[in-house]
Amino acid sequence: MVQIDRSGDPLGDILNGKPAQTRPGWLVQLPLPFWAVAFLLLIMPLIANNFWLFQVFGWSFILGMIALSLMFLAGYGGMVSLIQMSVAGLAGYMVAILGTSGMAEISLNWPWWLNIPVAIGIAALFGTIVGALAVRTEGIYTIMITLAVAAAFFYFTRQNYGIFNGYTGFNRVLPPPLFGVNWRDPVPFYYLTLGCAALSLAAVTYVARSPFGLALQGVRDGPRRMAALGFNVTAHRIAAYTFASVIAAVGGILLVWQNSQISPGTVGIPVVIDILVIAVVGGVKRPIGPFIGAVIYVLLRTFSPDVLTAFGLSTERFKTLIGLGFVLIVFFSPDGVLGLWERWQARRHKRRDPLGDGGTP
Amino acid sequence: MTMTTTDPRSLSSVASGNALELRGVTKLFGALAAISDVTFSVRPGERRAVLGSNGAGKTTLFNCITGDFLPTSGTIRLFGEDVTTFPAHERIRRGLRRTYQISLLFGGLSVADNVYIACRGVSRARFSLLRPRRSDPLTARAAELMEAVRLTEVQDTLVSELSYGQQRQLEIALALAGAPRFILFDEPAAGLSPTERRDLVAILNGLPGHIGYIIIEHDMDVALRVAESVTMMHNGRVFKEGTPAEIESDPEVQELYLGDGSHSHG
Repeated sequence: MVQIDRSGDPLGDILNGKPAQTRPGWLVQLPLPFWAVAFLLLIMPLIANNFWLFQVFGWSFILGMIALSLMFLAGYGGMVSLIQMSVAGLAGYMVAILGTSGMAEISLNWPWWLNIPVAIGIAALFGTIVGALAVRTEGIYTIMITLAVAAAFFYFTRQNYGIFNGYTGFNRVLPPPLFGVNWRDPVPFYYLTLGCAALSLAAVTYVARSPFGLALQGVRDGPRRMAALGFNVTAHRIAAYTFASVIAAVGGILLVWQNSQISPGTVGIPVVIDILVIAVVGGVKRPIGPFIGAVIYVLLRTFSPDVLTAFGLSTERFKTLIGLGFVLIVFFSPDGVLGLWERWQARRHKRRDPLGDGGTP
Repeated sequence: MTMTTTDPRSLSSVASGNALELRGVTKLFGALAAISDVTFSVRPGERRAVLGSNGAGKTTLFNCITGDFLPTSGTIRLFGEDVTTFPAHERIRRGLRRTYQISLLFGGLSVADNVYIACRGVSRARFSLLRPRRSDPLTARAAELMEAVRLTEVQDTLVSELSYGQQRQLEIALALAGAPRFILFDEPAAGLSPTERRDLVAILNGLPGHIGYIIIEHDMDVALRVAESVTMMHNGRVFKEGTPAEIESDPEVQELYLGDGSHSHG
């Protein structure tokens, strides 16, 4: 059973009747390393070159958001959904279809303020409908049904030329030049993706402690009991898919802007599986896990070809590296890199305080 | 109440105004009738024990009342409303609550969160994405409930780390959340120490008068001290009804359920 640590949580304090704090709860809650990382990320354009900003960080934030939507469902709802990449892809497709692209005969040229919300809405509706199908199953069957829909979506986009333009897809799908900024330039794109990722992370962290989030965790731990408390378990699970789909959809739109194109390969089965790998490698216990997984994935994906070539191996062996890493992580730490870190921290504290329980210094 | 061997037909015309009314409720699992033609009613505020040996159909009866199982035939009315085909959460919103024989709690959440969720279950803002404010009356209500079942000191503890007895107390707290009108207690004393049983009896007897309940309990000492009426079940059917004193002194009941006079027949 997945357990979420909420030590030092403001709601916990409220429920515990602890005295009111003078500073806002969220400010008190955030540890020093968080502020250090946040500061580093904010000044990153002063340190890193354009390749790192656009390709490594930008891509990591986007994949992290899509994997975060899976973490929300799996970690808080106990539902491992493989549909998140398809939801993201549909949002990307919709921006291309409703907005502007190189395929002038299909794209409708709607203004950005209309096509982006509608694209997110359509993707969220799609995720909700798939969720409504999937929530009637559990465990391996949820994985299978969402994988089946993801596969069907991939083949549909490849075979449908009227709307999705088949094998070719859409090119020249660019972000709107708001405030006179080209948002696809490395520095603006870095801040755009960083902002969206930070907002998604904050939203998931916040919602996890809201009545909806708490109830979702209750549904994960005891669906029968939740029904006996007056909750409509099915409706709650479906609503979780809707919430997660919105995050995935924003990630999908950023992805299509980064690549400036979208095609069936964007929503192919290997990518669908990669999102699961990212979430599991990072850890699905906490919202930050998928972002850690995404950074590891992107670094491997970006730099392993150089390493492999140096050893005289084909760059195609990259998948073997990812697979090996996945097996090792799952073998040694089923709760991902975050789990390894937490166990190391616990051991360190225990060593420091032999009478402590290892959980707190 | 006079004790009689129950004739369902004589009870089928029970006047409306009952908290719970069962008429001819039958639940078949394949060819096996777990409960058969069960008919009885409970007045608002009445406290009733349902007794019977293992396999008598007591928990199946609870599952039919709460909506975990739909009965094969018969009707169930809750506060005058036919809820036979209602899903579980709709019955709960009408004031019904239950506890489980084997604790069904949210192990990954703290005690305080468990009780808070339970309070939210029948509130309108179940889907709220906004965290509760410090002034949220439900947080105060959750604190009261934890106090009532003596769990205030462990409110931050993860439920999976609670002792068995504490988990049973939390079961009761969850059933008390959100203005219940009628509660089904499924063996709340099972596995408790003598001290914890005394606490349990105190909690049950201390419930507000308008809250009625049915308690399934193998421990006669507990059951007969917290109930004002008793329904005996045998092989899925209602066998006897009466006051605790009448049931305790009935020769047939003694022969069937109390054996050689022991008060803790399982």
